Amino acid sequence: MNKDSASLAERRISRRSVLKGSAAIAASTAVTGFPTVWAQNLKDVTLNHTGMSYSTLADIAKEATKELGFKVEMSVVDHPGLTNRMVNDPKSIDIADMEIWQGKIMIPQGVTQAVEIAKIKNWGDLTPLYTEGVFAGKEVSRQGDSPIKFMYRDAKDGKSFVKGPTAWASFVPGVYNADTLGIRPDLVGRPITTWADLIAPEFKGKAAIQNIPAIGIMDAIMAMEAAGIVKYGDKGNPTKDELDKTISKLIELKKGGHFRALWNTFDESVNLMAAGEVVIQSMWSPAVTAVKTQGVKCVYQPLKEGYRGWGNGLGLMAHLDGLKLAAAYEYVNWYNSGWVGGFVAKQGYYSANPKTAKAALTENERGYFYEGRPATADITSPTGEKTDSAGAVRDGGSYEERFSKVGVWNNLMDQAEFMIAQWNAFSAA
Amino acid sequence: MTSGDVQKSSRFVYLQVAPLALVLFFFFAIPVALVVLVSFFRYQMLVGMVPQFTSKNYVGLLSSPTTWALYLSTVKFTVIVLAITFVLGFWIAYFLVFHVRNLLTAIGLFLVCTVPFWTSNIIRMISWRPVLGKEGLINSGLIKAGIVSHPLDWLLFSDFSVVVAYVHLFTLFMIVPIFNSMARIDKSLLEAATDAGATRWGVVWNVVLPLSKTGIALGALFVVTLTMGDFFVVTVISGGLSGSATSGIFNDLQFLNYPRAAANAVILLVVVLLVAAAIFRVVDVRKELVR
Repeated sequence: MNKDSASLAERRISRRSVLKGSAAIAASTAVTGFPTVWAQNLKDVTLNHTGMSYSTLADIAKEATKELGFKVEMSVVDHPGLTNRMVNDPKSIDIADMEIWQGKIMIPQGVTQAVEIAKIKNWGDLTPLYTEGVFAGKEVSRQGDSPIKFMYRDAKDGKSFVKGPTAWASFVPGVYNADTLGIRPDLVGRPITTWADLIAPEFKGKAAIQNIPAIGIMDAIMAMEAAGIVKYGDKGNPTKDELDKTISKLIELKKGGHFRALWNTFDESVNLMAAGEVVIQSMWSPAVTAVKTQGVKCVYQPLKEGYRGWGNGLGLMAHLDGLKLAAAYEYVNWYNSGWVGGFVAKQGYYSANPKTAKAALTENERGYFYEGRPATADITSPTGEKTDSAGAVRDGGSYEERFSKVGVWNNLMDQAEFMIAQWNAFSAA
Repeated sequence: MTSGDVQKSSRFVYLQVAPLALVLFFFFAIPVALVVLVSFFRYQMLVGMVPQFTSKNYVGLLSSPTTWALYLSTVKFTVIVLAITFVLGFWIAYFLVFHVRNLLTAIGLFLVCTVPFWTSNIIRMISWRPVLGKEGLINSGLIKAGIVSHPLDWLLFSDFSVVVAYVHLFTLFMIVPIFNSMARIDKSLLEAATDAGATRWGVVWNVVLPLSKTGIALGALFVVTLTMGDFFVVTVISGGLSGSATSGIFNDLQFLNYPRAAANAVILLVVVLLVAAAIFRVVDVRKELVR
């Protein structure tokens, strides 16, 4: 916090000294490090962080408010809610916690301003998964909306993406993860190794898929490809014909009673699993944690075809300027400075700054969440409930192992309009 | 009365209806007009709506089997729910009005009907899950009693559970207007009918039912509009397996396809208006209310 404020003070000083040409003011504030006027003004700022339920957490706002000295508030929306609000009511948001593919709509529309990379203190420490498109020395999958494709712009108000790196980022890297299927190991009755098991006949009436078209279709595509039912040129950008085949098969499965449910919200997936309604389904990592918290066995099963990756970015809305913009930079810098990384790790997500996130965890937690080592003591959720016992190893192994195996990224495909229409047919069938 | 008075009083009448007319104009007519306007706009991926006239949204929707399937499913639920809530609503109201002699008791029982409404309708709806689920109250009861060996799947995430939830949520909307109509029936009419030799059923059929027409029509209108406009109940209770006309609108909004969502909304509005018109054609509610 002190470091942050100091750097803010420096920026302020340089501007003021240029503006007023007063070396005296610069000198006096530099000594205290805290220009009082500035600090007081900043106190009156309220930043609104809007995003989806999995990352827009009240605890983060509480901690930020405590550490930064100005108010941060969270408002939770769903994916379509965020897309719609950013376009129709952009001034009601300051920091947009969007999924990368949502940036594909927002940035060409000029809804957000680019992030000046020079003002992001630990940019160099941020994961190259975002900033360079490589991970653990290897190129990250480019199927779907891989973060690197949308990372850079050419100017503050640039409306198109450029091949980086430039001095302007589209957003500050946020939380991300590699998703897979959730299973009830006690009820599936055999090892689950492939996405194809989601549509395996033996799980008829015991499987579920998420009903969020943009993501549900990806789970379906992974399963169809694994089962050899449909072949895709690029899973991240399927053709009409490929989508048609995928949805026809989904409809056939639905009519045959394969799906016990199509879930829409996080809590529905938790209830389906905890109540034993389904034994294999699309799932998000915190949902697995939530099921385990209830004392029910649940595994986020790694599969041989790899994971469906996704990432969030913190976008600075176009209307931010002056004091509010300075506060926004303070906030996004704080966001990747450790506390948030430690908090989200416990619900299964990763911080864009693994270095500070790891430092915020205990040695036991660090080993379990990032390094693929067995827990040496109980592992708890962010809210303190036990999720795993000593000796347990995290599903999917270490951070490196997991992200080396992302097969495709969440995306907004070229044929999205067609896909939505087809998905409607699936939900109506 | 001079002609001046007539003019004055007619001007006064306009003044009296002005507040409601203005409210309806600003909060109903204008929004609906905008929705209709947008429904003829073009949609462009990544941009949203483009103000260029096209009828593609309507053509696309009306020629899509998905739309018809969704409407068919919505109409199916509406008819089933209407029938069940009518039977329940009519007999509950009948009991409260004609069988409970004490007015205070009747009002007390009527209030009891509203008790579930003291909770949010989300809670009322979700609470069916632990009852109907595979490991729920009914299934575990049946299994423990040895009646079935496997849990009954069709209790939850099925058309059955959707109807159960709708009936639970909407029956009161049928009870209230029918209760209101029945309460206004002069009890001596029933006595007269009995004296004239009518059977118990005859009284219900020839006296009570015709005189409750207004309430039934209003109740039916409530139930039809609530069921047809519903998106949430059907999605949650069917486990997303059944869709409704409104769920198509919701999906379109995901990628800013306002034009198609608007076209869908207009179609739904027209369908609901047609149903309402049909109901009012059968029963002249206005005439009955001023009776």
